[in-house]
Amino acid sequence: MLNYILKRVAQSGIVLLVVGLVAFSMFRFVGDPIDNMLGQERTVADIERLRSDLGLDLPFPVQYYKFLEGAVQGNFGVSYRQGRAVSEIIAERAPATLELAAVSGFLAISMGIILGVFTAIRRDGWASHLIMTVSLIGVSLPTFLIGILLIYVFSVDLGWLPSFGRGDVVDLGFWSTGFLTQSGLLALILPSITLGLYQMTLIMRLVRSEMLEVLRQDYIRFARARGLSERVVNFRHALKNTLVPVITVTGLQLGSIIAFAIITESVFQWPGLGLLFINAIQFVDIPVMAAYLMLISVMFVLINLIVDLLYVFVDPRLREGGI
Amino acid sequence: MTDISQNKPQSRIAAFWDSDLAYAFRHSPIAMVSFLTVFLLVFSALCAPLIAPFNPYDPASLDLMNGFTPPMTSNDFTGAEFMLGTDDQGRDVLSTILYGMRISLFVGFSAVMFAMILGISLGLIAGYIGGWTETIIMRIADVQLTFPSILVAMLIFGIAKGVTPIEYRDQMAIWVLIIAIGLSDWVQFARVVRGATLVEKNREYVLAAQLIGRSSPVIMLRHILPNVLSPVLVIATISLALAIIAEATLSFLGVGAPPTQPSLGTLIRIGQGFLFSGEWWILFFPSCTLLALALSVNLLGDWLRDALNPKLR
Repeated sequence: MLNYILKRVAQSGIVLLVVGLVAFSMFRFVGDPIDNMLGQERTVADIERLRSDLGLDLPFPVQYYKFLEGAVQGNFGVSYRQGRAVSEIIAERAPATLELAAVSGFLAISMGIILGVFTAIRRDGWASHLIMTVSLIGVSLPTFLIGILLIYVFSVDLGWLPSFGRGDVVDLGFWSTGFLTQSGLLALILPSITLGLYQMTLIMRLVRSEMLEVLRQDYIRFARARGLSERVVNFRHALKNTLVPVITVTGLQLGSIIAFAIITESVFQWPGLGLLFINAIQFVDIPVMAAYLMLISVMFVLINLIVDLLYVFVDPRLREGGI
Repeated sequence: MTDISQNKPQSRIAAFWDSDLAYAFRHSPIAMVSFLTVFLLVFSALCAPLIAPFNPYDPASLDLMNGFTPPMTSNDFTGAEFMLGTDDQGRDVLSTILYGMRISLFVGFSAVMFAMILGISLGLIAGYIGGWTETIIMRIADVQLTFPSILVAMLIFGIAKGVTPIEYRDQMAIWVLIIAIGLSDWVQFARVVRGATLVEKNREYVLAAQLIGRSSPVIMLRHILPNVLSPVLVIATISLALAIIAEATLSFLGVGAPPTQPSLGTLIRIGQGFLFSGEWWILFFPSCTLLALALSVNLLGDWLRDALNPKLR
């Protein structure tokens, strides 16, 4: 098993190195950094000096190493557009995205499991059919349309909730939170529903099909025969055994929540990393794009790794088998 | 899996009508309705220059006085009437939707074609040749699969934008979009084709072809390819829905089709600006069109998957 863990960690490391190479190539070959940093009035001497200051005259592998060294220390250079250190901008924007992702993830998991169990137990009830039909439409609806629809209903028509921004945030020094003010919490509602809805439908459908599969098995029939109550059968026996695949998929979905936050943040003008990334693409701000790529890859690779390792701990068969 | 009835000498149309697929189609109202919707939308998009009341890209047909005309009412200044109203610049919303759908569908179809060709070729090569080639191709696929395809598409779009000179960016945007969405979507095709190829390459007909000395590319294209295509069809349909949504999303975010060649996503982006000022029709009609298109292609794909999957029958 140790062998397996080491192998997975090594694989993750290789993926990160490859992503790092892509990010570095973006820096090096997309647009000329010299062009981007020096104005129209420049001399050959200026160019040469900047070239050696930035280390662009060094051989490629040395530059790549230096880039990785900087990236590990959180140094991604200076944003072409804002003229500030990229790491500083990211540190400022990250809390907004992480809070949004956490709330949506919680929403998606809790509602997804509840609705999934419900539709599996009441398989032929009208409520289950309704939920399944709505979820099919929900999967086909692009995220941004859901966001616009919610804004139209709850902000424009009813005027209950704010349609953009984070509301008032409390600055804790290293972290700005929207959890502590009323306007901050109200501002979270629509974006987190928009972001979590798709993941919720996926988790719901998965829990439902796994649950239906498990409920057919013999040990459930025996549990019923033993006279255990429906609640114990459904939750203690059935739900517990559906959770293994649910953990895998849910874990992977948490990564996509952070990526899909780009769309939600753009609809709601949420001042997070996603909005930063989209603006960076629009203005070809390469350092910000590269930093975002590296950051999100680290997150994805870590999540994948944790899910894979968790899998071993959750499923005793894998532990005994010694993969 | 292969349909025997297609090999009979009777006419191909009759054979198709008798096939299991056509039978399942005739007995599924959802499939028929969604097929009809897709057909109507594609048809009206193809014939946009003939159907559309105006050419929204022709500056001569625009009259700023016509701006913000609500649907089915006559304009206060010019008295002109528009079925679905006009936008801020006096463009007929119906015409912009028809032309926008053309671009959405063109990008969607081309991106899926590109992803399909790339994925099928790499899948065939990986499955048939094996060894190091296979390892490298499938490793790349695994790594790419770790990231959501919309993120990959955005990144490719961003890089391509950085590489193209500023004066060509708007012109190139559509092609960049196709390549970005296509490259983000090839993995599914490659995986399925590789899996099927691994099964097929040990069959006797492949061995026979090898024995009579046919070259590997010929065996891959003429012998194996036709036998691995049926799952590809399902993925292609579902990919089309995803590609249309991906295109709309990118354009909505402002990193896709430029305002000079608006797709449905661009139109929704423009319409969102009028959400609070009450001109709902500029946003509402493009959104409904996109929804109808994505939903019906999706339903068709779901139906096709069930119809072609013998396990579910």
